[in-house]
Amino acid sequence: MTTPAPEPASQPVKTAPKKVQVENLRLSYASKEVIHGISFHIEPNEILGIIGPAQSGKTSLLRCINRTIDFTASAKVGGTIKVDGTDVRQMRNVYELRRKIGMVAPLPVGLPLSIYDNVAFAPRTSGMRNKSDLDGLVEKCLRQSALWDEVKDRLDSLGTKLSGGQQQRLTIARALSHQPEILCLDEFSIAIDPVTTMRIEDVLKELKREMTIILVTNLVQQARRLAARTMFLWNGDIVELDTTEVMFSDKAKDKRTYEYVNGIFG
Amino acid sequence: MSAATSNLPATRLFTETPFVRKKQRRELIAQCFFGGMAAAMVIPLILIVGYVVVQGAPSLSWEFLTTNPRLGGIRGGIWSALVGTIYIVTISLCVSAPIGVLSAVYLNEYAKDNWFTRIVNLAVVNLAGVPSIVHGLFGLGAFVYAAGMGKSIVSASLTLSIMTLPVIIASTKEALSAVPMTFREACWNVGATRWQTIRRIVLPNSISGILTGVILQVSRTAGETAPVMLTGVATFKAVESTGLFLYNPITDQCMALSMHLYYIATQASNAAPSLPFAIATVLLCAVLAVNATAIGVRAYLRSRKKW
Amino acid sequence: MPIIATQDPTPAGAVVGTPAKQQRGQAEVFGERIIEALIYLCGFSAIIFVFGIFFFVFREGAPFLAKLKVGEFLFSTEWFPTSQTQAKYGVGALIVGTLSVTMLAMVIAVPFGLGAAIFVSEFCKGKVKETLKVVIELLAAIPSVVWGFIGLTVMSPIIINTFHVPIGVNMFNGAMLLALMSVPIMVSIGEDALKAVPDTYREASLALGATKWQIVYRVLLPAAKNGLLAAVLLGVGRAIGETMAVLMATGHSVRIPDSIFDPVRTLTATIAAELGETSKGSDHYQVLFLIGILLFSITFVVNLTADLIVKGVKKK
Repeated sequence: MTTPAPEPASQPVKTAPKKVQVENLRLSYASKEVIHGISFHIEPNEILGIIGPAQSGKTSLLRCINRTIDFTASAKVGGTIKVDGTDVRQMRNVYELRRKIGMVAPLPVGLPLSIYDNVAFAPRTSGMRNKSDLDGLVEKCLRQSALWDEVKDRLDSLGTKLSGGQQQRLTIARALSHQPEILCLDEFSIAIDPVTTMRIEDVLKELKREMTIILVTNLVQQARRLAARTMFLWNGDIVELDTTEVMFSDKAKDKRTYEYVNGIFG
Repeated sequence: MSAATSNLPATRLFTETPFVRKKQRRELIAQCFFGGMAAAMVIPLILIVGYVVVQGAPSLSWEFLTTNPRLGGIRGGIWSALVGTIYIVTISLCVSAPIGVLSAVYLNEYAKDNWFTRIVNLAVVNLAGVPSIVHGLFGLGAFVYAAGMGKSIVSASLTLSIMTLPVIIASTKEALSAVPMTFREACWNVGATRWQTIRRIVLPNSISGILTGVILQVSRTAGETAPVMLTGVATFKAVESTGLFLYNPITDQCMALSMHLYYIATQASNAAPSLPFAIATVLLCAVLAVNATAIGVRAYLRSRKKW
Repeated sequence: MPIIATQDPTPAGAVVGTPAKQQRGQAEVFGERIIEALIYLCGFSAIIFVFGIFFFVFREGAPFLAKLKVGEFLFSTEWFPTSQTQAKYGVGALIVGTLSVTMLAMVIAVPFGLGAAIFVSEFCKGKVKETLKVVIELLAAIPSVVWGFIGLTVMSPIIINTFHVPIGVNMFNGAMLLALMSVPIMVSIGEDALKAVPDTYREASLALGATKWQIVYRVLLPAAKNGLLAAVLLGVGRAIGETMAVLMATGHSVRIPDSIFDPVRTLTATIAAELGETSKGSDHYQVLFLIGILLFSITFVVNLTADLIVKGVKKK
């Protein structure tokens, strides 16, 4: 007769690991501070929505996470951002970090290469050479970003000649091509039509299963549709961070959240 | 029935008063005046150049181009001078083009906006303004004597590369800055390094400007006399063969078209009077052909713009 | 049910990933640093070369500095470098030669150059503009030795016949050539300066009923004056530094000219003409190098001024 394995005597209470842990992040451009010591975390496989008016530091926050802030000479960063427990600012190989994080900018960008080369760009720079591997990866990413059907017959044509909505989906395909664990979208729907926006939102709902998504958006309703938790960032401070349900109801703790969400100020 | 139309006096929107006519006349005068200035510059020039070509063309022949000069340069053809010019141009551009392009890459892609960058830019501008004879003095002091290369084709070529460097830097920088910043950011976002981005996206898409800048320096290098007369080009050098490999760049001096023209025009009293015209015509045609190529390359590559 | 703990953070500086990935990552960072070093080196090259030019030219001429009396050097007009008994090295006449040819050239070139720049920028459209710009570009490409040849053989007889002077190679000849040579630079930079003035200025003026001439005179020239001034200065710099054309077309006379049809000698031409005759290390040789330093300094100042003026424009 087997006895059940005894419970280990003193098991420390443990909590789920955070995908991204931001602690006391400060950012200033020259002498002007734009992010004033914010702290938050992101769970794995969740969509975190970040809403807030323009010039709140939303884009700067994303750039701190994937360290493209390094390219701005006047930027000074303080505090820590931990991705999977490692402080990104201590990482020596910043390129590996950027491959772990996919970034989609507000304005669609097609690189002046063929559509195929656009998507194959990242794998090629990290060493993938095998043609069939690349073919497979390109098709997978283009399918994932809902662009495959429209371009599968003209993978050789220039990426810059696509329409805005197609270029944005191409950017998403490029972001997916290096198999990121975190996908950051910065107001991706600004320059594209509502139909394409909806298609991309469906894509995001699918991608959530494979990766963590940070969705910065100026469309408050978009956060409501997609995000599990939402953060209201205003003038470099977190006004409130809670589940989307709470943020969009009258149970929101901060009055400003209620006002912003309901369009009383923008 | 509507009373809207009919009884209103016919008004004209624009009346041509004497004042207006005076203004229009002034406008025409201004146009003619400035046009005249442009013409005054261009027309005499075309006439002068035409005169040179007309005087020189009769002496031009395949034989003239491919025979070596003899008798101290006043007889024969210009082949060795032509070849010498080609040597000098090729070697000097092989040195200045890579350094110039990489220097421009530094200035446009890596340099931060601080006082050091300002100094580098200042150095480029000043290098561009150094008189050609001072470049010759530098070549003499640095390459011929200090580096011990003596008066040779390499000394002359290196002197010329320093001369063409600033222009290549400037035109490359302009070509690089025409590539939109959004392309670079898109590459950085997927984990490409700065150099990977430059190599795969920025440089290939600025090749038109870079190439144009380099080609234009070809014609400039071919025409320069002062820097090379002190450092490696002789007024006459006898060569035996007639092929392309007439000189040893490290040890030999050479002849060059520009120097040949100078010598024949100023010091060779026994030369046929049409000889310098012929040399000038060859030089002008070469310069014209190279520049036309550069303009053509620029136009062609622009038409194939990728964004 | 035990809940999984917050993992201890990996130590700072660790590279995440499998060993193979780590190796490739390290190679990537290292390779990038090497290329960056090479590019930085090329970036500094311009500074190195400017200093190099000054250094090596100075080095050849420096030994003479001990014997040099600066006042006599710069202001005396007695230039007798080859005298056996009493060699004199006063470059005063040469400086006057350079300045006079340059100024006369600018008097001719500036109105025509700016006028042509205004014409190309404001009064010209489409095909005509393209053609004119190409012609001006080709004009700029003519080598200076060809210009000198033209001055010597074509312009000299014209000057003798038109102005009834005995010698055709003189200040006027040189100035004409320099004008024709500097005009293309002035036109292209001047045109850039005018293009930089926003169209809104032009549109606003047109809306007020101004003619093109009024726009040019009252709006564009004042707005673009810094860029135009820089264009002129760069033309001056080019003229001062020109060697072959003045060597061949201004004559051989080292004296202060009485009229614009007198032959003169410039600083640049002197070096070119006389260096071949000197032996390395002789006084004459060293003085010629010192003249080189003088030229370098003059063009340095002119270019610096032009650059500061342009920067002044950009700061606005």
